[in-house]
Amino acid sequence: MASRFGNSNSIWRQPLAVVGIVIISFWVFAAIFAPLISPYDPLAQDSDKFLTPGALHWMGTDELNRDIFSRVIYGARISLPYSILLVVLSALLGSIIGGISGYFGGRIDAIIMRLTDMFFAFPAIVLAMAVAAALGPEIRNAVIAITIVSWPVYARLVRGLILNAKQNDYVTASSLLGSSSLRTLVVDLRPNLAGPVFVLASLEVGNALLLLSGLSFLGLGAQPPAAEWGSMVSMGAVNFDRWWVGLFPGLAILSAVLAFNFIGDALRDALDPRTAKALRD
Amino acid sequence: MKPIVEVKNLAVEYTRGDQKVRAVAGVDLSVGAGEILGLVGESGCGKSTLGKAIVGILQGAEGEVTFDGQPVTKIGRGQRDAHFRNLQMIFQDPYGSLNPRRKIGDQIADGPRIGGVSKGEAIEKAASLLERVGLPRNAVERYPHQFSGGQRQRIAIARALAISPKVIIADEPISALDTSSQAAVANLLVNLVEEFQMGLIFISHDLSIVRRISDRVAVMYLGKIVETGKTEEIWNFPAHPYTKALMSAIPHADGKALVLMSRCRSHSMMGEKSLVSCKMQVVRLKP
Repeated sequence: MASRFGNSNSIWRQPLAVVGIVIISFWVFAAIFAPLISPYDPLAQDSDKFLTPGALHWMGTDELNRDIFSRVIYGARISLPYSILLVVLSALLGSIIGGISGYFGGRIDAIIMRLTDMFFAFPAIVLAMAVAAALGPEIRNAVIAITIVSWPVYARLVRGLILNAKQNDYVTASSLLGSSSLRTLVVDLRPNLAGPVFVLASLEVGNALLLLSGLSFLGLGAQPPAAEWGSMVSMGAVNFDRWWVGLFPGLAILSAVLAFNFIGDALRDALDPRTAKALRD
Repeated sequence: MKPIVEVKNLAVEYTRGDQKVRAVAGVDLSVGAGEILGLVGESGCGKSTLGKAIVGILQGAEGEVTFDGQPVTKIGRGQRDAHFRNLQMIFQDPYGSLNPRRKIGDQIADGPRIGGVSKGEAIEKAASLLERVGLPRNAVERYPHQFSGGQRQRIAIARALAISPKVIIADEPISALDTSSQAAVANLLVNLVEEFQMGLIFISHDLSIVRRISDRVAVMYLGKIVETGKTEEIWNFPAHPYTKALMSAIPHADGKALVLMSRCRSHSMMGEKSLVSCKMQVVRLKP
């Protein structure tokens, strides 16, 4: 794998990818050093409220006079790790289901694929809302809900890869040597998945972040007083005349989602020479 | 010689839509320990299908294949019966038969590992097998893309050897290789058969190599074995007209060549049952 990052499709040759990496590095830095960067305690309240952005509060304060800049910085501590976690969970779940579907084929495959069709027919956020509402408003439940709606993409991808890879003679050779189905799947077929699943996952991080913020915005994700970008935006929506309340966390979401998508696109081009070539031509 | 693999009246069918095509139509065959059986015939005559049915990749529609007295069952989802692990196959395309993303050593070690050998021991065995097939021991740490076609075929052979099989079916093992590797790989196979007293079914359309290495030859034509016997006998006294035509299709050094033209293939592909409609033409090319 290492050599692929050094070839002519290198991710470093794509300006947008560099922009994405810079933005994400900034947010990662913010998340790690939040207590050092933020001037105030993100949860500290006092009797004032809705102070406009100024020298004391760079991004103003919210309805409980909490410093929005500090809360945006602390928000990275929720959004980033949770979106990565979400992607890892859905990629794992989707890969396992898709692997079974592609490898065993027949009726199992038909059932699983119709199930993914059902998931694709719903807008993800609507389904996630339904699941999260059923489980109760809590960030852990939001994670479960988003995982449930986002595994089918991975299942589809992995199924296709497995269908393709299992035609190879080395899979037959492995069965002839007495390999069990599980061993064939894990040992012979799994290595074919790593690259494409990684690329899809990197493209999906932004989506996951957006879904999580969306659920929080609707009150189904992170709960107050946690500093989460989505719920902060929802406060801004309530107090629409105080533009700074919603704008800054909104920009934070925008920048992170965009950056993840830039990186995902660049990774796809770098790891799959065919798409990269198609794009250049 | 007591045969290890015995094929009795085997028929294999492919289904295309509601049509059935008999790729192998009633074949009897046997191979014993330390014996090389060459299976020759033109493309599309069912050689590969027969090979696949013998190891159990394909299921026969009629007849049976026995290995060491037990009927061979098709490989399925479950783990293959340990008994039949001694029946191995070498594939034509050495690029598709090795996993591009796994180390050579791990792939060769697979067989022994599945058989319960510890990892260290299996890798050690893989290294010595690589040495046996003429590759450096440290190749265990490398990946298939670092080797040429001929080297890969040696690796595939080493993988099959790793579980000391009693019979190997080699399906066109040298036709994807360049000429210099062809001879080397064929020689290697011959030496290994002698050394390990395995049976080898060598499927090929390259008659000159088959003649050189086989103890016996079976000539296959349109899904049937039309002639079988000791290599030299078949070569010197071919009885069946197809065999004669096939033998004379070998190019000669003096510039004269005989080209075999057969119109049967299209008929058999269309699922036509009667073979009578086939016509064979042997055209002599003048230099």
